[in-house]
Formats: sequence, C-alpha cells, structure tokens
Amino acid sequence: MYPAKMPSESAVSVSVRLTIFSEFERIAAEQKLKIQPLRDDLLLSESGLDSLGFATLVARLEDKLGYDPFATSGDLDFPVTLGDFVRFYENAAA
Amino acid sequence: MPLPEPGTLREVLAANAAGTGRMLWGAHGGVALAALARGTTLDERASALAGGSVVLATRDQLAAAQALVALDGSVSRLVICPPDLPLAHLAAIAATAEAQAIVTDRDAAEFEGADLPPLIACNLPLHPYNSIPKPIATEWVLLTSGTTGVPKMVVHSLAALTGAIKPTQPGVPPPVWATFYDIRRYGGLQILLRALLGNGSMVLSDASEPVPEHLRRLAAHGVTHISGTPSHWRRALMSSESCLITPRYVRLSGEIADQAILDALKRQYPEAVVGHAYASTEAGVGFEVNDGLEGFPAEILSSDRDPCFKVVDGTLLIRSRRTASRYLGGSQTLMEKDGFIDSGDFVTERGGRYYFVGRRGGIINVGGLKVHPEEVEQILNKHARVKMSLVSARRNPITGAIVVADVVLHDSVAPGDASDALKQDILAFCRTALPAHKVPAAIKFVSSLAVTPAGKLVRQNA
Repeated sequence: MYPAKMPSESAVSVSVRLTIFSEFERIAAEQKLKIQPLRDDLLLSESGLDSLGFATLVARLEDKLGYDPFATSGDLDFPVTLGDFVRFYENAAA
Repeated sequence: MPLPEPGTLREVLAANAAGTGRMLWGAHGGVALAALARGTTLDERASALAGGSVVLATRDQLAAAQALVALDGSVSRLVICPPDLPLAHLAAIAATAEAQAIVTDRDAAEFEGADLPPLIACNLPLHPYNSIPKPIATEWVLLTSGTTGVPKMVVHSLAALTGAIKPTQPGVPPPVWATFYDIRRYGGLQILLRALLGNGSMVLSDASEPVPEHLRRLAAHGVTHISGTPSHWRRALMSSESCLITPRYVRLSGEIADQAILDALKRQYPEAVVGHAYASTEAGVGFEVNDGLEGFPAEILSSDRDPCFKVVDGTLLIRSRRTASRYLGGSQTLMEKDGFIDSGDFVTERGGRYYFVGRRGGIINVGGLKVHPEEVEQILNKHARVKMSLVSARRNPITGAIVVADVVLHDSVAPGDASDALKQDILAFCRTALPAHKVPAAIKFVSSLAVTPAGKLVRQNA
C-alpha cells in the first residue's frame, strides 16, 4: 500500500520486538523469575512472568517506547501469546 | 476570670520583652518586641473591632505577626489566612467566621467584586494604644493546607497552641528562631510563639526570596534554632549557602522525617540537636523526637500522659489539651466521642519503635496490595546518589496501578547508558529492602520536585 514507508516500519518492528524481549528478560532477572525461552507462540500465562512482572513490563515499555497501547485501545483483545503481545505494540506504533 | 496561661501575647511580651533588644525580622526590616509589648492597634477604626470576629489576610508576614499580637485578647475570633489563600475562598471563609472585617495590607482593588465585610488596613508601623482595654479570650482559627476546595477552618485557643512550649531555661543564650514555614501555618506559628514566649528573637521567611539569599539572611542574623519540613531542608541542603548557618537546634515537621534527611542534617550541622516533631493543624504538637532517629519510641504510646496516643488499625490517634477543639462551619467532626483525633497517619512497629509509613488517602493499590508512597521514598532516599524522591501511582492494565518514582540526584548524571546503569543500581537497592510490588517499576530522573506553599511535596492525591 505504502511501499515507501516499509523500511522504517520494519525498523520500528525490529526495535519494538527487541525492546520487549530485552525488558522481558531483564524484569524476570530482577524479580528472580524463571522464564521460558522467548518465542512468538509462547503463551503469556506460561511464560513465567507473573502479573507484577507484566505490570512492570507495560510501565517500562511506556517509558522506552513512549506509548502504552493498553491505555489507547478502548475495546482490546488481551494478547494471549508473546507474538500477540509484540504485534499489539507494533500495531500501536504503526 | 483571668485568661488561661499564657494570657494574651501582649501580656507575654510585656512580661518578657520590655527593655530587651529582642527583634522580629522580616525580609525588609524588623520590629523590636519591646515596642509590641507596649501595645499596638491597627488604626482608630480597629478599636471598633474589639470583641468582634476578624479575618487576617495580609500579604506581608511581618505585618501579620504584628497584627496577631495587636488583635489577640482584643477580638473574639481571629482567622489567620496563609498568603497563598485564593481570594475566591476568602468570601466563604469570612462568611463562615461571621467576620466583621478583613484586616489586610493589600490594595482594596485586589478584592473588587468579592462579597466581603469591610477592609481594615494593616499598615506598618502599627499605632501605639492610648489605653489598653481589658483582654478577652480570642479564638484562633487556622486553615488547613489541602490543595483543593475551601480549606477547613480549625479552631484553637492560644493555650492549646502554646501547650507544647517549654519554659525558657536560665543561663542558656537567647535563641534566634527561624522557620522555612510561613507563620500563618501551624508549623510556622509554633516557631513564632516559641520566639514570643521564650526570650528569643526571630527571622521570618519570605516566599519570594530565593533559598541562597534566605540562608544568607539567616546567617546575618545569627540564627540558632530553625525549623522546616524535610522538603524545605532538602532544598536548603542543595544550596551551598547552607554551610553559612550554624544552628544549635534543627527541627523537622510536617512530613515524615526519614533517616536519610536526619543523617544529612547531622553531617551538615554536627553541633546541632536534630529533632523531628509530630504535629498537625488539627492534632497540635503531639511529640518531639530528639534522639536522631526516625520514628518514635513505643513508650510514647503509654497511656497516662497528655498528650495520649493510641494506634487503631495501624493509624495513630491523639487526645490532648493541645489539639484543636473543633472545625468552624461544615459538618465534619474533628474529634471522636472519646476525645481522640484520627491523624490519618499510618505507623508500623518494629523492635520497640514506631515508624511512619504514610497517610490515608495516599495509598497505592498494586493488584490488591497496598503501598504507601512514603515508605518507598524512605528507601530511595537512603541510596547514596539520591537527594530526594517522589513516589506516585501510574495506572496499569494488569494491576490497576503500579509504583513509579521521580528522583532528584545529588549531582547530575550523564544521559544514556550511565543513567540506565544508575537506575538499575537504585532499583536493585530498593529490591534489597522492599517486597517486589513496592519497588518502582520505573524511575525518572528530574532536576527538582514541586513543593506546596506549606513546604510539602506535591502529591497526586493531596
């Protein structure tokens, strides 16, 4: 549709994904939580991060990325897998 | 019937200030307390105020101090407005007080359009009395320092306000008092009354004066006893001029005095007694703690004293002759039936000592777990690089709210990686002292934190 924008969008995607993964691992290490290897089909409920960990992740990502997609999407389908979670943030950035 | 101790302020000064060189200094001049001891009046019309209800709403603090001495014992009710009171609230306050006059040094044009009783000018110097009328007991009304709506009007007597002031000890050099507070707030008024009832002088603060200049002025007057909130003190210690003063007594009140600020003040002023007082506009002066440690010994709760304290559901309650007697207007009750006032302050006991953890209304709910911002700030402030901090709630889709912190560092930090490493270090420090839900999810470094006119950190819920 907008081929001219593709490079920057994919750059955003890479950086969003990397940011989410690195914060995920950092928070798990901080809170001494044992987590599963991070893959797109990993169920968030089985990832090993607890609710406080996810709450912290959302707050950190808001500071790193400059937005909180949970605050802006009114009627949201809560992400189930890590892949959903990453896309949820990517879509909010696009 | 004679008035209860200490009588009127003028009587106090007549007994202890006549013939002395004691002074009350403002930012732009001073007045000899001996002159106030002889008796002053606002102007000819002011004598018509005798026995009436008066609202004192001056801009200048030195004018306010002199008007307090002139009006105490002369009017039946004296409502003391802090200088930052929005004029929009003044009409409501005057109506509730059934005031016959507003005593002010402001220009009448400032009040235009407001439905107010007549204005009485409060211009310095005040006029000497020709004949001193027989004194009456004056009701002192202080305003609370909440940030929204019309402040609550808290009724005191001079006896209650001065109940915690100990007699002057013979042989001790006269103190020079100062406070970062305005004297029209409870914490500042306590210091003015200590200066007037004791044998000391006092230097008044000035809201428009930058901190370094204020400290230079305190040094020039040789201040020996000085009080403020922990936020006032952190701001003072950030100024290199803080080394110009050499106080013998450093007092903190109005916010939780944590160990970090007590230790910092002791390092800066090794010769001084560093003490913190537990006081509020409603509850009066509860107690003073001078052992250099945060919190207070559990013995304070032993029941046979005045003031008397108890802890109910973690909250501190106070009953004392120094508390306010009631609220003026409104439907809120100040005191429970047994005479106790609920302070709204949460305390926790550890090893024979009680520690303040926060205030009701300030609690952050993290997924059903309670966090007091103050308990997190106390830990943050212990980190070697942290000067002061403000903890607040950020809404969160998972836990409803989460703890975040704004932090002022002792010295600035390089942007980028160094800043990130320091954040990690501070968070790691918090994790050693706090359960996970109390550790800030995010830290932001800021250059300063906003402080209310009452000298307290500006909080979301205040």
